[in-house]
Amino acid sequence: MLDDFLVRAALAGVGTAMAAGLLGCFVVWRRMAYFGDATAHAAVLGVALALLFGTSITLGVGVVALAMALLIHGLSGQGTSVDTMLGVLAHGALALGLVAVTLIPGQRIDLDAYLFGDVLSVTRMDLAVIWGGGAVVVAILWWQWQAMLTATLSPDLAYAADLNPRRAQLILTLLLAAVVAVAIKVVGALLITALLIIPAASARSYASTPERMALLSMAIGALSAIAGLRLAVILDVPVGPAIICVAVAVFAVSALGRTLRQLT
Amino acid sequence: MTLIEARNIDFGHGGQTVLHRVSLSLERGEIVTIVGPNGSGKSTLLRVLIGALKPRKGTITRAAGLRVGYVPQKLHIDPTLPITVRRFLNLPKAVDGATAEEALVKAGVAGLSERQMASLSGGQFQRVLLARAILGKPDVLMLDEATQGLDQPGSAAFYRQIDAVRRDLGCAVLMVSHELHVVMSASDRVICLNGHICCEGTPEVVSAAPAYRELFGTGTGGALALYRHDHDHAHDHDHDHTHHQHEAAE
Repeated sequence: MLDDFLVRAALAGVGTAMAAGLLGCFVVWRRMAYFGDATAHAAVLGVALALLFGTSITLGVGVVALAMALLIHGLSGQGTSVDTMLGVLAHGALALGLVAVTLIPGQRIDLDAYLFGDVLSVTRMDLAVIWGGGAVVVAILWWQWQAMLTATLSPDLAYAADLNPRRAQLILTLLLAAVVAVAIKVVGALLITALLIIPAASARSYASTPERMALLSMAIGALSAIAGLRLAVILDVPVGPAIICVAVAVFAVSALGRTLRQLT
Repeated sequence: MTLIEARNIDFGHGGQTVLHRVSLSLERGEIVTIVGPNGSGKSTLLRVLIGALKPRKGTITRAAGLRVGYVPQKLHIDPTLPITVRRFLNLPKAVDGATAEEALVKAGVAGLSERQMASLSGGQFQRVLLARAILGKPDVLMLDEATQGLDQPGSAAFYRQIDAVRRDLGCAVLMVSHELHVVMSASDRVICLNGHICCEGTPEVVSAAPAYRELFGTGTGGALALYRHDHDHAHDHDHDHTHHQHEAAE
C-alpha cells in the first residue's frame, strides 16, 4: 500500500495536519501566529545549511527552527513588545535562507519544494519522521495539557498553583520547531503557519471547551489534507497550496455558519 | 502558625522602585487587607507573594506544602479560547462534578456550570474565580481587588461570601482593595501601603494613624464608622438576602 506515492502523500498530509491542528490551538489562543511565521521562515535557512553540510533536510530545518524559536523565546522574556522584532527575524531569516540556498556551489535545487512543499515525493523514511514527530508533539501536549492550559489562561494563576508559565512557553516553542521540521515537506515554509492557525480558527465557534476545539481542529486539518491532495491531483496544481485552499474554504463555511446561527 | 512571611522585600523595574523594605506575615484564619492609593504597589506585592515576580531583595518563607488560592484583579480570556465554567474549575487539577458544584454554591453562583466564561457578568465572573480558588482547599486565599466592577451592594455581598468561606475552610485571607470602607470593617488587620508600609494594625488603629489620614484624608474615618454600623446589620439574615436579590437582578 505504501508503494503508491498518493497513499504516502495522503498519510504525510494527514499526520502533519493533525499535529499542526492540535498545536495550532495554542498558537491561536496565545496569539503566536507571528512567532510561528518567524520559526517557519527560518526553515529555509535550515535547508541551505543542510545542503551545505550534507546532512538531512529535516535535521537542518529542525536545528535552525529550534535556534530561531529559542531566540524568540529569550526575547519575549525581556518583557518588551516583540512584534517588530519578530517581523525583522521572520523576514530576515527567509531572505537570508533564499540567498544562502542559491549561493551553495554545485547545487541546482528546486526552491519551490521547500517554499510550498513537495508532498508527492515523500519517502517511507519521510513518513516515519512525520508520524514519529507528530506523535511526540501530541504525546507531550497530552501529558502537559492542564499545565499548558492554565498558563495560557493566566500566568499568575499558574504561578499561584506552583506551575511555571515560562516552562509552558518553552515547551510550545520546542514543539513549534518540531512541527516546522515535520511540515516543511508537506506544505513548505511559507504555508506552515496557515496549517497551524486556519483549522484551529475554523473549529473555534463549534466548540465549547478547549479539548473539543483541539479535536475538531485536528479533524479539520486531516480533512483539508485529504481533500487538498485530491483537488491537486484533479486540477494538477501544487499540493501544499491546495491543502491550504481547502482549509480556507472550511474556515469560510464555518464563519458563514456562525453568522447565520447568530442571526436566527 | 505563620503561613507565609515576607521580610524586607524590595522590588522594582529598571531604576524605579515599587516596593521598599516591605515585611508582612500571615497567620492561619486571619483576614488582612492591604490598602493604598493607585500605584502604591498593592498588586505587585501580591504577585511577589504568589511567586509571579522575583523581588530584588528580601526573603519569602512559606509554610511547607502551603496551598494558595489566588483571585486575580482581572482575568482576560482570549475570545479564541472556548471554555465553560465547569471546565475552568478543572484547572489546574481536575475535580469531580459534586466538588465543583459545591464550590460554586459556596461562592454564590450555583448552576452556572455549563455557561461559557465569556458570557458571565462581571459579578458572576469574579465569583467563579473565587470558586476556582477555593477548590484546592487553600491555606491562604489571596484576592487582588476582587470586587472591581461590582456595585457597592454587590461588593458588600462578595465580602460576606469571603468571610463565610474563611469560616468554612479556616483559611487566612489576604486581600488588596481600594474600597476602604467595606474592607476596613471586614478585616482583622489592615496594612496601609504606599511603596513602603505606612502603618498597620486593627482597622481602628490604622484609620486613626496620621500616615493613613495623610493618604486618604480624614473623611474616611466617618466612612468607617458608617460601615461598622452597616456591618453589624449585615449579620441579619434578611439584609443579606436583599443583597443577593440585588445581585441577581443585575
